[in-house]
Amino acid sequence: MRKSLFEGLIHGALTERPPALDEMALAELATKVERVARVKLGRSLSIRQVDAGSCNGCELEIHALNNAFYDLERFGLRFVASPRHADVLMVTGPVTRNMREALERTYGATPDPKWVVAVGSCAANGGIFAESYAVEGGVKDVIPVDLHIAGCPPSPTDLLKGLLALLEHLDR
Amino acid sequence: MGLLDTISGIEIAESHRPWPRVLVSGEGWQQAIDQLSAGRFALLGLWADPPTIHMGLFNGADGDAAIVSYACKSGKFPSVGAHHAPAIRLERAINDLFGLEALNATDTRPWLDLGFWNVRYPLGEKAAVRKQVPYKFLPAEGEGLHQIPVGPVHAGIIEPGHFRFSANGEYVVRLEQRLGWVHKGIESLMEGAPLEQAAKLAARTSGDSTVAYAFAFALAAEAAMQLKVPLRASYLRALMAELERLANHFGDIGAICNDASFSLMQAQCAILRERTLRAAEAGFGHRLMMDVIVPGGVSRDIAPRGLAEAAALVATVRSVFPKLVELYDNTASLQDRTVTTGIVKPELAMQFGAGGFVGRASGRAFDARRALAYAPYNELSFEVPVLDAGDVNARVWLRIREVEQSLLLIRQILAAMPSGDIRVPIAATRSCEGVAVTEAFRGDVLVWLKFDSKGQVARCHLRDASWFQWPLLEAAIEGNIVADFPLCNKSFNCSYSGHDL
Repeated sequence: MRKSLFEGLIHGALTERPPALDEMALAELATKVERVARVKLGRSLSIRQVDAGSCNGCELEIHALNNAFYDLERFGLRFVASPRHADVLMVTGPVTRNMREALERTYGATPDPKWVVAVGSCAANGGIFAESYAVEGGVKDVIPVDLHIAGCPPSPTDLLKGLLALLEHLDR
Repeated sequence: MGLLDTISGIEIAESHRPWPRVLVSGEGWQQAIDQLSAGRFALLGLWADPPTIHMGLFNGADGDAAIVSYACKSGKFPSVGAHHAPAIRLERAINDLFGLEALNATDTRPWLDLGFWNVRYPLGEKAAVRKQVPYKFLPAEGEGLHQIPVGPVHAGIIEPGHFRFSANGEYVVRLEQRLGWVHKGIESLMEGAPLEQAAKLAARTSGDSTVAYAFAFALAAEAAMQLKVPLRASYLRALMAELERLANHFGDIGAICNDASFSLMQAQCAILRERTLRAAEAGFGHRLMMDVIVPGGVSRDIAPRGLAEAAALVATVRSVFPKLVELYDNTASLQDRTVTTGIVKPELAMQFGAGGFVGRASGRAFDARRALAYAPYNELSFEVPVLDAGDVNARVWLRIREVEQSLLLIRQILAAMPSGDIRVPIAATRSCEGVAVTEAFRGDVLVWLKFDSKGQVARCHLRDASWFQWPLLEAAIEGNIVADFPLCNKSFNCSYSGHDL
């Protein structure tokens, strides 16, 4: 183990430069995020991920944000285990009827000020599953959404662009 | 036709390929159940196509597979689950979706229908909504027992499911799962869908196995339509399947160690996973390689630099991975957590026909790439690693061994990559049926497909390996401490979405 740790010291970091901000995300956010919240939270946000019916593809790419290449925590963003600790709910999947109540309760358990980021094509409008008897629709059909990040699934770079736009907006 | 010799059939379905499908009476159905409960056959699946119930059977002794079909009488069929436990949840799901009832079933509680839908029996004769009644968990009685409910929303970036622990202090006396939260109604969306749309749905059944699902769906469609896929397409499919296996195994090995608080492995394995996904993107334009495998072949050829990227990935993994394996093997505090934790007994793995690392870490040598060999694996040489300890450690080692095999496979595939076409056109299809099984990273995926007279999907059933692995997790955790549950759960890494459909 000491050997691997030592190697980590002498090799350069794998972490890559952050991507440019997503202009569309900035535009979507411009109308929504309040100044008061910016002052309170600064540049540090805690994110709680909620799978409301996804195929788990989006989860894989959200996970990837934590790896050495994207290193989400360097931006002050981190995933937390409870909605009670969260500023941001990151919701994936079409919202299934079976998950609707669980999502609403998770939203209710998240303290204000809070933002909801809907991740993936399904979270936007139900995607390929929209017509099903078992699906409510997109996330916005159940709880208010501040930002959509598109893709099936969105790549970690897409996710990062969206989240950085959110941070940037808080900072302005 | 060794398997069907023991079952008296009425008639063989003519347009079902590649295995035989035989219609049976009550007598033949009972004979099939007897073979299952005697342990001579493994259950590959149990699904409905009203008014018929289909049972997929596999005979490990001669590698023979077949489907036995029973036409329900006034919506009822003799319960398989009453004699063969692995069928219980499948029967409960059939009842929820189709309203077909298993006679003399031992457990009639709903399974996927959690009481939130606007309709009852969405795929059968629709009925008024089920009244919400509290779900009755199985009892655990004794002094000092307490219950711990967990989920559906869990701590962490994972899928939703509910776990009900009955614990005596730190020790788990009983775990009962309640699943179905991410039920999206995939099988209902399949009905009447054009082939292209249906393939996309199949590819989104469980995102981590999107290649394996698209592969199985394509093979089933091609079997039904008697299509022969170009050799190059077949090799590209296997390349994607092995890349997917590598990516998931790296993710799993890291995550299991992380759940034992050894985050160094997680960090290192996540790098390998990311490199694998980048090689996949370089070759196929999508990190998870979604929608590349389509009925008839593959939708795009590998990018010119894709082959070199894949070869470079193999070289990188070969230089880095052995050091990580050594690290795993030589870290006593980590071994202390994984060895003898969450044991799945070989008898149970056998009875449940558990596939993937869950089955093979408990002595069940079933790998669909070998046991039900499909192209191009019948032309490639590889080993199927099998261990028998059945604990978390064995499931880690099995993944390690499979990573090594996948690297060998990728090298063979790259060396032998044939040139030529990558896709054949789909001819007009008419009323035919096909079935296929592929080996996803977590185990065998079965797809059964029926086309109507217009060539659209009349019915499609997708059965994830998790159906026969989830119940074993309940058994594996018994007598372990609650704090070891995340570790056990991660070592299984069952799919919620693939199971809930």
